[in-house]
Amino acid sequence: MAPPLLEVEDLTVRFDTTAGVVKAVTGVSYTLEAGETLAVVGESGSGKSVHVLAMVGLIPKPPGRIERGTAKFEGRDLLTMNERELRALRGGKIGMIFQDPMSSLNPVLTVGFQIAEPLREHLKLSRKAAMARAVELLDLVGIPEPHRRVHQYPHQFSGGMRQRAMIAIGISCEPKLLIADEATTALDVTVQAQILDLVRKLKKQFGMAMIWITHDMGVVAGLADNVQVMYGGRIMERGPARDVFHDSRSAYTWGLLNSLPDHDDPGGQAGERAKRLTQIPGYPPNMLDPPAGDPFAPRNPYATERCFVEMPPLVQAKDAAPGHLVAAWYDLRAVRAQGATA
Amino acid sequence: MSATVQAQEPILRVEDLSRHFITRNPLGKEVHRVRAVDGVSFTIAPGETLGLVGESGSGKSTTGRLVLRLDDPTDGKIHFEGQEISTLHRTALRRMRQRMQVVFQDPFSSLNPRMRVGDAVAEPLLAHGVVRSRAERREKVAELFRRVGLEPGFAERFPHQFSGGQRQRIGIARAIALSPQLIVADEPITALDVSIQAQIVNLFMDLQEEMGVAYLFIAHDLAMVRHLCHRVAVMLRGRIVEMAPTRKLFANPLHPYTQALISAMPIPDPDKEQARQRLFYEGGAPPAEARLKEVEPEHWVLG
Repeated sequence: MAPPLLEVEDLTVRFDTTAGVVKAVTGVSYTLEAGETLAVVGESGSGKSVHVLAMVGLIPKPPGRIERGTAKFEGRDLLTMNERELRALRGGKIGMIFQDPMSSLNPVLTVGFQIAEPLREHLKLSRKAAMARAVELLDLVGIPEPHRRVHQYPHQFSGGMRQRAMIAIGISCEPKLLIADEATTALDVTVQAQILDLVRKLKKQFGMAMIWITHDMGVVAGLADNVQVMYGGRIMERGPARDVFHDSRSAYTWGLLNSLPDHDDPGGQAGERAKRLTQIPGYPPNMLDPPAGDPFAPRNPYATERCFVEMPPLVQAKDAAPGHLVAAWYDLRAVRAQGATA
Repeated sequence: MSATVQAQEPILRVEDLSRHFITRNPLGKEVHRVRAVDGVSFTIAPGETLGLVGESGSGKSTTGRLVLRLDDPTDGKIHFEGQEISTLHRTALRRMRQRMQVVFQDPFSSLNPRMRVGDAVAEPLLAHGVVRSRAERREKVAELFRRVGLEPGFAERFPHQFSGGQRQRIGIARAIALSPQLIVADEPITALDVSIQAQIVNLFMDLQEEMGVAYLFIAHDLAMVRHLCHRVAVMLRGRIVEMAPTRKLFANPLHPYTQALISAMPIPDPDKEQARQRLFYEGGAPPAEARLKEVEPEHWVLG
């Protein structure tokens, strides 16, 4: 079997601040196969973005530092590479799309120039060939009149078109790995749906692997082969998307899915009181001083004594699909079954 | 059931409300006009939640600001508790604001970082002379904190000591301090963590049950809107294109734009999400001469 495209081992990231050390990411390990789409789900402070940005050398150091761990991309450790080596990968074999296209596109350069730049840098195309390819890429991501649009500036594009242009830049060098950090979060739902359709199409066409960082479970459901749920800087659960959604083994994943409004809810009407949503009690942990054991334990009704003192390892869940991992001292299925009969 | 609500005098009646942003050349001649809100009409009954949905730039937030009188309409009327408020001046506006409050999207920027949160919540009470003594004020703030699910002892702390969800609770405590009849909530859960959104939506529902407050709930998360709102109005380029009781709107969306919007809702279930049929809207801006028509009881469509 070919070695995995990306192999992350015990990645641990800290930020030294005046208020103390922020324990942003702790002991994150996973592998990503070529062509796999992994959704990394979590809320602010979960470490979902930071751990990926740390791998590609995009966290400011200081205050950030990588305390330990390795992240091997095609067998080479990204964490020991120098800036020049990382630069050669970013925008080349590793493409990236960020949340806010307005602030990640340069306002004084034409969109075409910005798509052509990585092509000239990484693929050594001539200026003319790169611009011709930029037109093709704009066409590919569904921007009408690409010949005219290629000479325009970002402010002449709508929000959805800017995000399409960002995707064109992200895929321009046909990366092996595309990292998307909340890439559709700022978009309207109809535009988001179009962008997701586009990403699915491009994935089929180019066969690249993707790490899709989001907090939106709906987006995850439409896109991911595998889902990795993070909380308090750690991986709480990981597995095939269907299994994580329909057979959640982490109390956090389960609580999160349960707190969403029911999709079959017919909706309210006058004079009728809506059902209460099933809320998760409490608040996310303070990462300056995270709980000693399982970070979700203080909010978890099923937490055992051990959960409060010792972080459980991420292991194969009992009687679950192969590759469905969970970090839990409790057995969610057993305690829920008990709760139902009690 | 709905007949009882209709029989009541609406608490808010907005008629043909418009806000145009006009660019003029140095000679005062109009060169460009953006119709941010263009002839919008709706009502809200006491204790009712009206959802206002649409994409960015559809005019939904501007509508909220006009209702709050944070912005002046170009045209149209706003009746609140039977009084025409679109032309009110300072003193009368102040009185009105006891009865109509706002909750913003970003609980970070809506709290003064140098003010203890208890003082921030007490501010409207002092400004409107509701509390007289220090002791009375402390007691009232403690009661408000408990009501929104915060420990009264937190009143002595500063905003940076709270998480986003807690800050939004503080913002809500401040909004309900004067027992308003209407709260305009502009994307109140958008900036919150997913695990916190349900808490805040439940809080909105509890407060409505306890106080009978009505909400104008401006949001783009259609799943939450469907859950929380009694009626929904859909905006497109400054116009309301469809308005109906929530159940009718989602079961039978009639305007092609509403259909596209509902079909684009992501479903948090891989099987359903991947089988979802999408509809597209390519109609552009609604024609100027189009008017809302009642196609079935309480179900209005622009046509």
